[in-house]
Amino acid sequence: MIPPKQDFPDRNGQELTGAQILWEVLVREGVEVCFGYPGGCIMPMYDALPEYPVHHVLVRHEQGASHMADGYARAAGGVGVCIATSGPGATNLVTGLATAMLDSIPIVAITGQVPSHLIGSDAFQETDITGVCLPVTKHTYLVDKPEDIVKTLREAFYIARSGRPGPVLYDVTKDAQLKKCVFKWDDSPIVLPGYRPDYSTIDSELKEAVELIQAAKRPIIFAGHGIIKAEATSALLEFVRRTDIPVACTLLGLGGFPATHDRNLGMMGMHGETWVNKAIQESDLIIALGMRFDDRVTGNLKNYAKKAKKIHVELDPAEINKNVHVDVPIVGDVKQVLARLIDHVRPVERPEWIAFIDGLKGDSAVRDIKNMPDGGKLFAAHVIHDLYRFTEGKALVVSDVGQHQMWEAQYYKHDYPRKLITSGGLGTMGFALPAAMGAKFAKPDEEVWVVVGDGGVQMTACELSTCAQEKLAIKVAIINNGYLGMVRQWQEFFHGGRYVATPMLSPDFVKLAEAHGLTGIRVDKRQDVEAAVRKAQQTEGTVVIDFRVEQFDAVYPMVPAGADLHDMIERPIAHGTDHNPIFETAED
Amino acid sequence: MSQQSTKRTFVVYVEDKPGVLNRVASLFRRRNFNIDSLNVGQTNEPGVSRMTVVCDADEDKARRIEANLYKLVNCLYVDDITDKASVDRVLALVKVNVVADKRAEVLQMGEVFKARAVDVSPESLVLEVSGTPDKVQNLVKLLEPYGIAELVQTGVISMTRGSKARELGPPTLTARSA
Repeated sequence: MIPPKQDFPDRNGQELTGAQILWEVLVREGVEVCFGYPGGCIMPMYDALPEYPVHHVLVRHEQGASHMADGYARAAGGVGVCIATSGPGATNLVTGLATAMLDSIPIVAITGQVPSHLIGSDAFQETDITGVCLPVTKHTYLVDKPEDIVKTLREAFYIARSGRPGPVLYDVTKDAQLKKCVFKWDDSPIVLPGYRPDYSTIDSELKEAVELIQAAKRPIIFAGHGIIKAEATSALLEFVRRTDIPVACTLLGLGGFPATHDRNLGMMGMHGETWVNKAIQESDLIIALGMRFDDRVTGNLKNYAKKAKKIHVELDPAEINKNVHVDVPIVGDVKQVLARLIDHVRPVERPEWIAFIDGLKGDSAVRDIKNMPDGGKLFAAHVIHDLYRFTEGKALVVSDVGQHQMWEAQYYKHDYPRKLITSGGLGTMGFALPAAMGAKFAKPDEEVWVVVGDGGVQMTACELSTCAQEKLAIKVAIINNGYLGMVRQWQEFFHGGRYVATPMLSPDFVKLAEAHGLTGIRVDKRQDVEAAVRKAQQTEGTVVIDFRVEQFDAVYPMVPAGADLHDMIERPIAHGTDHNPIFETAED
Repeated sequence: MSQQSTKRTFVVYVEDKPGVLNRVASLFRRRNFNIDSLNVGQTNEPGVSRMTVVCDADEDKARRIEANLYKLVNCLYVDDITDKASVDRVLALVKVNVVADKRAEVLQMGEVFKARAVDVSPESLVLEVSGTPDKVQNLVKLLEPYGIAELVQTGVISMTRGSKARELGPPTLTARSA
């Protein structure tokens, strides 16, 4: 946990090393915790750390540092900071930066660089990390003079958090850290002539949008990540209250609109419920808020929502007409746009459209796995549903990537923003454990659960040791099916059931936890789920639960990649009361 | 999105800093926007470079290119001058294999294109020609039968006609929302 803030002397106007100036700026930017790993070219910065009230978390692999900074930023709504040395330290951050880039997460990643006179000489641990990171960051800096640090590092934070947020790589040479100069703090507004994030919207576009909304008979709202990032949840609630328009969420939009709200349809797209996708295909107006029409959301673009006019509210102009051609683009902050729309739309009710969507549900309740008998087996979706019940839907859940991620999205109902953290855009396996650790630092009072597969957890399981060292209390639910489940599912559906390179041997996760001085629990029966969750909640420190779930389970419904959105593989119906055919035929 | 893809010309003002050309080139590569030609040079304003970028794009793609360029922190101003009246020029140097008896003929041909001989040797001469890409292309075609030893040409540089200078204001409405 982050120790309480201590005072530190005001050194403004004194001669300091570049390393000290780095920390002076970080502290003034409000940084309380950072995640990193020392090494040759960043050692001066580490040497100065004890002088400053910043808690440093020593990770076990730099990828973990970047994901922790990411998880911290997502949970806190601020900027996450990670630190690494040059060369391999810096390149190990890249996956985390790319993850943050695709999900628009503000991170400042500080890397040491070889002394400036050695740059370009293939010096020991030299990598052109600004070059490497160019396409996976919002901006990069290479700083070789202590005099430049205050200006550029402030800019780095400003760029990371403003506009459409994103990661900024800040590469600073070793000599710039060692050399001294007079530290002069400057808190004047940052002026970057080529960077002017613009939130203002255009009246004519708003007017067109209002007209479309008034005229629509079958409108639907898409709530994306932008709702959460713009803190527009209450504005959206008010907009829905006035317009009675149902809401479908993207994966990253989950929690932006309460899951249990009766106008919330749930998640759309590849693993959205069939009636949600059918409602989209039948709609006459899509109001897309802070989302980017990712291919996992649209399916085949040729037959996507052909009857619908489209309003696209988005902060980033480069997203307009990228995947889907829209009728009314509104570039701006989604919260402000909603506030202005609320003023202009007439209150209406839409009983016919709502009833129509209800009609689309058909037998889906029967197909809903939480209504299916378990037949004495442990199904992943049941574990997630139980976790939802026993945490009363209040946990901050960090999911990894794969089947469990989709089950989490389907069965853990998030009623509040920033309660689900997941790598949506890049789909980075290994993200969950370190990201949850970062989130726990941001929200120490929240119950933080990791939902992760046996594959993903092994990618970054070394960070369990960091959990132990930091005495961090997170709860890790491993959905262990002995396979790379999502790939196995695709092999089952699309590759003739040839399970190439997907069966996976795992260590004994209980022993693994215990080897780290943590608590481990194994569960292989449904009736033991509650006790395990309760025990995890009551146990201090990090707890790892190894849920041994059915191996041949699949995530339904599913739009096969490239298929039309309404063309879904549905979950088979259970016949009889005590068994489910798909689960019967797929014995291991 | 069944729009016509055409050659489009963008004038891009960027900060004159190390690595900025790389950022622009990387953006085009990453977004799969194919560059026909790219020219960069200093301007009359200290610290500001000007690029002329020609690439194939339909209207939607052009707006996205513009919007993506604006996402670069060092990009100051983008002007899609495709549909504006503009002066477009390339410069070429052509080394032609000619011995004395054909020299006059080649020089005469060059004159039609307002090309200048900038180097003459017993077996070759170098012509300098500038003009629209078409014009330069035509001269090169005519010279081919004589044997071209070496050819170098710049990409297009463009400037809009009339007195209006560029404005370094905020992005235009079209860039913000296509």
